[in-house]
Formats: sequence, C-alpha cells, structure tokens
Amino acid sequence: MRIICFAKQVPDPEVPAASFKIDPATNKAAPVAGVAPVINGFDLNAIEAALRLKEKHSATVTVISLGKNLVQDVIKKPLSMGCDELILLQDDAFEDGDAASIAEALALAVKKAGQFDLILCGRQASDTDRGQVGPAVAELLGLPCVTLAKGVETGEGTVKVERVVADGTEVVEAPLPALVTVSNELGEPRYPTLRGIMTAGRKTPTVWTAADIGADPGKVGAKGRTVSTVKLFIPQVEKNCEFIAGENGADAGRKLALRLREVKLI
Amino acid sequence: MTNQGILVVAEIAGGKVSPVTHEALALAHKLQPKLGGGVAALAIGAVSDAVAKSLISHGATKVYAVSAPGLAAYSPDAYVQVVQQVIAKANPRLVLLGQTDIGRDLAPKAAFHLKATLTMDCVDLGVEGAAIRATKPVYGGNAQAIYESAAALHMATIRPKAFEAMPANDAAHGVVEQVSVTIDQSKVKVKTLEMKKEQAQGLRLEDAPVVISGGRGLGGPEPFVKLEELAKILGGAVGASRAVCDAGWQPVAKQVGLTGKTVTPDLYIAVAISGASQHMAGCSGAKNIVAINKDKDSSIFKESRFGVVGAWEEVLPAFTEMCRELRGA
Ligand SMILES: Cc1cc2nc3c(=O)[nH]c(=O)nc-3n(C[C@H](O)[C@H](O)[C@H](O)COP(=O)(O)OP(=O)(O)OC[C@H]3O[C@@H](n4cnc5c(N)ncnc54)[C@H](O)[C@@H]3O)c2cc1C
Ligand SMILES: Nc1ncnc2c1ncn2[C@@H]1O[C@H](COP(=O)(O)O)[C@@H](O)[C@H]1O
Repeated sequence: MRIICFAKQVPDPEVPAASFKIDPATNKAAPVAGVAPVINGFDLNAIEAALRLKEKHSATVTVISLGKNLVQDVIKKPLSMGCDELILLQDDAFEDGDAASIAEALALAVKKAGQFDLILCGRQASDTDRGQVGPAVAELLGLPCVTLAKGVETGEGTVKVERVVADGTEVVEAPLPALVTVSNELGEPRYPTLRGIMTAGRKTPTVWTAADIGADPGKVGAKGRTVSTVKLFIPQVEKNCEFIAGENGADAGRKLALRLREVKLI
Repeated sequence: MTNQGILVVAEIAGGKVSPVTHEALALAHKLQPKLGGGVAALAIGAVSDAVAKSLISHGATKVYAVSAPGLAAYSPDAYVQVVQQVIAKANPRLVLLGQTDIGRDLAPKAAFHLKATLTMDCVDLGVEGAAIRATKPVYGGNAQAIYESAAALHMATIRPKAFEAMPANDAAHGVVEQVSVTIDQSKVKVKTLEMKKEQAQGLRLEDAPVVISGGRGLGGPEPFVKLEELAKILGGAVGASRAVCDAGWQPVAKQVGLTGKTVTPDLYIAVAISGASQHMAGCSGAKNIVAINKDKDSSIFKESRFGVVGAWEEVLPAFTEMCRELRGA
C-alpha cells in the first residue's frame, strides 16, 4: 500500500497573542524572533495515522509539501517520524496561492508521484484556518473524500473512518483510492526516534518546480487564485479587566461572587 | 442569465431548524438589496410544515424542499448532488451554510465541484461593487482576513452566533416548492455505517446562559466535578479547553474554541485556562468573561471583565459556596 500525506510548514500557532504581528509587505504573519516554524499540527496527526497503517499493513508513506523558506529540520520531521519519502514543491510560481491554486499544484504532484491508495492530510492549516485544500484535491483527482477523521483503518480496497461530529462520532466507509482529512482527536503524533532522525538526515528530499509537474502557470500560486486578499488585520479586543483581590484566594473567590451579584451576573 | 439572490442551505436537527440557519437567513436579508433576487432556503430530508414555517418566518421567501430516500441523514455525496441541482434551478449569487460539522464537510465539496469560490467560517460578509467580501479569522483568531470574490457563484459558511437571527415573523409569506432531484447512486461513495451519538446531559453547551470552562491548569479530570457543581448552582453548563479534551479529561463534545463549539453565554467563567486565541475563538462572543488563573500575565485576562489571580484550589471552593449562598441554592 502507498499512502501520500500533505504537510505544510506554518508559523508556530501557540505564540502568545501579544507577540503576533503582521508584516504589511507580505500580508502574512511576521516571523517571531526565536520561534521556529512547525509542521501544521493536524498534518502531524495525518502522518501519525499513516504511520499506524504502515505498521499494520507494511505501507510506504510519501510526504508532499508546498512552500517557501522551508526549514530543513522542520520539513524533514515526517521523515524522522518514519515516513519514507519527501517531495517539496518549490517554485516562485507556487507562491501566494489560495485553496484552489494550492490544490491544483498538490493534485498534479500526486499524479506525478504515481500509484497510491490513500491520501491523508490535515483537517485545516493553523495559519489559514481554512479546511479547503483537502476536499479541493479530492475533487481534482475524482477521489471520495472523508473529513475530520479520528481513526483510519484500511480493508480490502476500502477505508473505514471514524469521524468527529457535533455530539459524538460516525463511522463511514469509502472505496480506495480516497482522501481523508485528519483531526487532532486521532491522538498525539509520535516523537521522532534518534534512529529516525539519523535516517532522515541521510535522505535528500525530491524538489519539483511548476514545470516538473506540468502546471499551467495561470492555475497555480497567486495567478491561479479565485479569491483575493483585500486586507489582513489584528482585531482589537483589549478589555479592561477588573481584578478582584482578597486577603487570600478564598477571600478573593467570595468577593468575586459578591461583585458578580452586584452587577447582576449571578 | 446572471446569478441573483441568496440561497441558504438549512440545517435541520431533531426536526428543528438550527439557530445558525436562522442567522444565515438574517444575513441574507441584509445582503439581499445589494445582490438582487430573493432569499431562498434549501431544506433537505423530511421537510415538515413546521420546518418550512420556521424558515419563512425567519426570512426565507422561498423554500426548496427536497425529500428523497437516502436523504434523511447527511450523506456528503448525495447532498452535493442536491445542492448542485437546486443551485442550477435557483441560480443564486451567494450560497450560505453554517460552519458546523455538516457545513465544514459539505461546503468545500459542493464549492469545488461547482467551481464556485468559497470562504469559510465568516464573521462578516458584505458586497463591494460587483464583489462579495468575506471577513474570517485566521492564524487561530490572532488576525482576521478580508477576502474578495467576483465569481458568478460564491459560497460561504458563517460562524455560529457571529450574526443575529431576526425575530420570527409569523405573518411572513413564502412559497414552498417541492423539488424532485435525481441522485446518481454510483457517485455516492462515502457511506455511513454507524452513528455513535453521545447523549448530552442536561443543558446544551451552546444554549446555556452560563458556561463554566476548565483548562489544563485543573490538573486532571476530577476537578470537573467541582465545575459541574458550580454549573448546577448557576444554571449553566460545563465546557473545556482542547488541552483538556485531548487529555481525555472531558469528552470532545465539551470543547470550546476554533475547532470546537462556539458559545455566547451571558457569563463565561474560565478556570485555569490560558486564553489561547484558538480557545477565545469559541467564547469571545460571551457578554461577560470571568477568569480565575494563577498567572497574572495570562492572555485570558485581556479579554475578561473580571478576574482573580490565584490558584483555583483556593479560589473556586469559596466562590462556589458564596454563589450557593447568594442564589439560595
Ligand atoms: C489549529 C488549532 C486549533 C485549536 N483549537 C482549539 C479549540 O478549539 N479550543 C481550545 O481550547 N484550544 C484549541 N487549540 C489549542 C490552544 O492553542 C491551546 O493550546 C489550548 O487552548 C490550551 O488549553 P489550556 O488553556 O487549558 O492550557 P494551558 O495553555 O496549558 O493553560 C493552563 C492555564 O492554567 C493556569 N493554571 C495552572 N495551574 C493553575 C492553578 N492551580 N490555578 C489557576 N490557574 C492555573 C496557567 O496559568 C495557564 O494559564 C487549538 C490549537 C491549534 C493549533
Ligand atoms: N502548502 C501546502 N503544502 C502541503 N500541504 C498543504 C499546503 N496547504 C494546505 N495543505 C494541506 O491541506 C490541509 C488544509 O489546508 P487549508 O485548506 O489551508 O486549511 C492542510 O492541513 C495540509 O494537509
């Protein structure tokens, strides 16, 4: 079995709101000094799902990542976790795409990569918070698509997925090949092992340009966008917090209740 | 023919129209003068008179009712076909859905299939000249982006509670049109085998006037009993941060935030929650946020009206006791 995973390098989503700034030149988040980018968390969940299947069914796992300024140590993490192959889509022509134009490039890369059974990707990227690229790739490749997986199991020519829904879960089945987007409920991604890190160090990622995958320059990157960005801004939410103090914690707790009663909140 | 008007894809749960559908209808009403056409709703499944009436009284002048075998429960590949056929009939300029578990799945599948443009989790929508402008939180809520589309057909999902529904107008008139669709079963690839619904106990988190949420700082599942006790006294429900749900201290259905539930209670009490932007995405619409946290620099205080800096082990029991006394509970 061959599994393809998508992995995106994103700014660390856990930086405190106070250090979040926008770079007006790029209309993107400005890098925070001393904070390295990471692989999108949900993509690591997808990779974890792939590696669990690999352990069970002896699969190979190929990771595809599209981006600029990729940090080697970061982008190689899937290899050190146990994935077999890494393909990087790097070309100025891929820059500043939206979901449609990123999906176009990823779908072409999947086609070039050859035969596969399953594509696993994150439910959404933590910078765009979008959740569109997975279904868009599925549409371009004509694949059945299952979103928000917390468990993925393959059988004879099928994939069975436990999905997260509003008040519980749902089990669905689809024929392979298929695309599944994975959510954090799948569970913690594994840590790279020392051996994994050594193996990853020896592997050289394959790099493909727009020409390599036969992309129509008008359909990828900024030129292929269907939705344009007008503005990116930081909403102002600062409220003046009234701190309730007391002689000790318990006293403060009692005073908080009294204050809430005063303003009729309880 | 140029596309006109707005189509709201209704969500019906337990025989009732979901609040987010009413919110979408109110938004559609606001945008309608600029987009021309009318405000229509698409209801899929067993569409009762009560459902049709609820859609009309909240702003739909037309209801496309689609019932066919296999449509009672959500099935993405069948629903995409329904949406496609009704859009072909209604020719809307804008299609609205809720950012719910169904909207998250259906909107991108339908939009990319129909080659429509798409913006999801919108907190504002407007019309600027010939284009539709959508505002949505990005970077976990640290920023917001405004996107623009001039395409003939745009689809958008709206964040629950970001828009206010109009009060029901029982005198409103609307037409119900039964639409028969043909579902190509060979295209229905994703099949549901089993539903595992967890019956929510008591008040639904989304409907509770008071929500008490606990975070990782509680240290384990046991302290949630204390939050339940407080919730009972205040007539509220208990929520949690993702860190808590990831750790299995609370079920996923209790998660508040970007990838969890959106709540807008009158009072939101955050106990030992740091206030990460992705958490606040689900509760910043609360009218009053109160935080108990031992770290005075915690982000949660920036969005709180009242705060106590202290360990919950000390603050919470005394707070709960005083609440009990004041409420005579
Ligand atoms: C793409 C993405 C989506 C996400 N979606 C969500 C989401 O939907 N919902 C969500 O909640 N999170 C979400 N997160 C995670 C989010 O970024 C935070 O990691 C999470 O909210 C942190 O949970 P917490 O505040 O409980 O834990 P922590 O950040 O660990 O905070 C614990 C807090 O408890 C305080 N504390 C510790 N001990 C005590 C004590 N004894 N008394 C009082 N206070 C104490 C600490 O000072 C600290 O502020 C998402 C993250 C990403 C990247
Ligand atoms: N540049 C990229 N490179 C690789 N995968 C991507 C890229 N952009 C998006 N994806 C994948 O698509 C998912 C959804 O992205 P989005 O639609 O931006 O929220 C992500 O979790 C990734 O798995």
